Amino acid sequence: MSISRRDFLKLAGISSLGIGFSATDLLWKNRAEAVEYMSSPKGLTAKRWAMVVDLRKFKTEEDYKRVIDACHYIHNVPDFGNLKDEVKWIWTDTFEHVFPFQKNEYLPEGVQEKKAVLFCNHCDNPPCVRVCPTQATFKRKDGIVAQDYHRCIGCRFCMAACPFGSRSFNWRDPRPFIKRLYPKFPTRTKGVVEKCNFCVERLAKGLGPKCVEVSNGGLIFGDLSDPESEVRKILSKHYSLRRKAELGTRPSVFYIIGGDEDA
Amino acid sequence: MLEKALTGSRRYWGWIFFLLAVIGVGFIFYLRQFAYGLGITGMSRDVSWGLYIGQFTFLVGVAASAVMLVIPYYLHDFKKFGKIVILGEFLAVAAVVMCMLFIMADMGQPMRVMNLVLHPSPKSIMFWDAIVLNGYLLLNIVIGWNTLEADRKEVPPPTWLKPLIYLSIPWAISIHTVTAFLYAGLPGRPFWLSAIMAARFLASAFAAGPALLIILALIVRKLTKFDPGKEPIQALGKIVTYAIIASTFFLGLEVFTAFYSKIPGHMASFQYLYAGLDGVGKLVPMMWLSTILAVVAIILLVNPNTRKNESILAFACVAAFISLWIDKGLGLIVGGFVPNPFERVTEYWPTLPETVITIGVWAIGLLVLTVLYKVAISIREAQIESGSNTH
Amino acid sequence: MYDAGKILLGLIIFLAFATFPFYTNMGKAVAKPDPKLDTPVIQQMKVKQCVESKEFMRAEHMQLLNHWRDAALRRGERLYKGSDGRITEISFQNQCLRCHSNKKKFCDECHSYAAVKPYCWDCHIAPKEAKNEH
Repeated sequence: MSISRRDFLKLAGISSLGIGFSATDLLWKNRAEAVEYMSSPKGLTAKRWAMVVDLRKFKTEEDYKRVIDACHYIHNVPDFGNLKDEVKWIWTDTFEHVFPFQKNEYLPEGVQEKKAVLFCNHCDNPPCVRVCPTQATFKRKDGIVAQDYHRCIGCRFCMAACPFGSRSFNWRDPRPFIKRLYPKFPTRTKGVVEKCNFCVERLAKGLGPKCVEVSNGGLIFGDLSDPESEVRKILSKHYSLRRKAELGTRPSVFYIIGGDEDA
Repeated sequence: MLEKALTGSRRYWGWIFFLLAVIGVGFIFYLRQFAYGLGITGMSRDVSWGLYIGQFTFLVGVAASAVMLVIPYYLHDFKKFGKIVILGEFLAVAAVVMCMLFIMADMGQPMRVMNLVLHPSPKSIMFWDAIVLNGYLLLNIVIGWNTLEADRKEVPPPTWLKPLIYLSIPWAISIHTVTAFLYAGLPGRPFWLSAIMAARFLASAFAAGPALLIILALIVRKLTKFDPGKEPIQALGKIVTYAIIASTFFLGLEVFTAFYSKIPGHMASFQYLYAGLDGVGKLVPMMWLSTILAVVAIILLVNPNTRKNESILAFACVAAFISLWIDKGLGLIVGGFVPNPFERVTEYWPTLPETVITIGVWAIGLLVLTVLYKVAISIREAQIESGSNTH
Repeated sequence: MYDAGKILLGLIIFLAFATFPFYTNMGKAVAKPDPKLDTPVIQQMKVKQCVESKEFMRAEHMQLLNHWRDAALRRGERLYKGSDGRITEISFQNQCLRCHSNKKKFCDECHSYAAVKPYCWDCHIAPKEAKNEH
């Protein structure tokens, strides 16, 4: 069989591509080892972690600042000091902006202007997970929506998909803008998306989220699937709101607004 | 056949080197973006997609519009498109190349692009968009190249090409449908959450793409010995006419739904784009320019007397193209992000580096287009000289 | 031979690209790596042994780190039982770097010798930087 120079070159090109692919495949394969990966027995587990924000307990500016600062410190969240580069895991906004559909000018005095604590809703049906093209953002078995910074390609589809504005992108290297570096937690690199992680690194050690710890009872954390859990008990006694529940993402963060008489 | 792109007049080489220079400047700015991060652009936490993704969206449409030549020629045996169908296919190739480059330019971690392949996620529309765009690029290269080669040798195209040509028709529709789904499937963005999004995308694509093709055909006629012909250009003109009317009609449907239902979230983005919101409205003049240009284009295109005048037709096509570029390449994307999920307004405007990088990508597209057109036109010119043009 | 000039030019350009790694590193004398284990934590260990054998770690630490990352971050499995049965907490920054606190001597030397630039340090805080903190 004779082969023309042209066909030979075509064939050579295709086979070199093939060799390239199979070589990388060999490199990626792990070696068989008699090793095991396990969850820590100390770790806290749940079927669906959830948070209740009891806004009646947030009275002064200091109440809000305490939870924000604690979280942002232990997660090395940078402070750029401008809106354009902004990265945040916990923040606040007023009732009328947080619950645009519940806005009502005849609400009890002070409610419209009341500030709510905001973080990722860890939705049960998260659009950000659905749209991620690399599974960099994914839902864990315990309901936490987590972000794998190693895998994120920075396409920001999740930011467009999140109806709650919970995601921040590192528009530039965040490290110079971290006032006080917390040595036990990584920072992020430019070009990846980040957000609240419900303190998975602390849950693995048997600790609850940091913001809950410093909230003086304003934030309550627990397993939504357990009727005996603290979150369920509170939710069964008080009327609560979820942000944009009509969108069907089923947020795991509940807000108790309450009037003064309940406080 | 590629060797035909290596010989040309001084004007040809002047244009090539001009494009290379523009690409070089764009690349220098891209290196700056690569080092600094996407913070070099005008994008922010609230408006997290901007000019790059806008260009991507617009150019997917330009790419898809090749089907407006393929359908009449291959399905309806409209012979007059025979000579220019290749111009449409090669335009599609250049447009898809630009789409991919704009995606790369927009990525925060471009070095990790292979994660798309290593961790495929079929639930993500972006996964499907990557597949349909790459497939469409391949289809158009294979079809364009082989039909042209057969044409040069004056033999019928190989028979295995026919199924690919038929496949390219639904495939063209798919690239713009899937791109529309990127936006139309997001729960918290009422401006995009519209079932008509894909249809609107296709209508605007079938106006902008053929409009560009008319302009290109007229340039080709002026600069080379190859004349795409009066009738194909007029036929394309009719396609632009119907498509831009459909596109404007669909936009009108969106406006009706938002403003008759009076649902605040559905009205807000339109208010921001066309009137300004909370006292700011950087895009308002652009959006009204887009509207006026669309109206002017429709008036000139609908009237047969003005459409048949090629200079007026060219003007109408430029107007239509710019109008749709503003609408889709800028307004559609930014509008989806303003106001933000907290009903607050953060504005967006491209920065200088972002603009230069964008121009650089367009220059790469024009370079690809020039080289491909040079090959195609050289073959047409040779046919004219040997008098063997039988189309 | 047709187009000998063009072919030669092509070959020269190809060679220039293919040999790129050689001449970019030419003249850069990088000392032979000599990674050290003399950190306070390691010195106190009775058996100076990482989670796997020295040979395995030398050849496969990147793959192991990748698997550790996926196990801890994606599956929430933060304990690693090595081939010798010992259990270690998975944490690059808090576990690996606790022993190997001498990044310059232990990591950088080999990496610069092999001309690789792992991006671990874009996010993970190197021990030295951490020490400067209070």
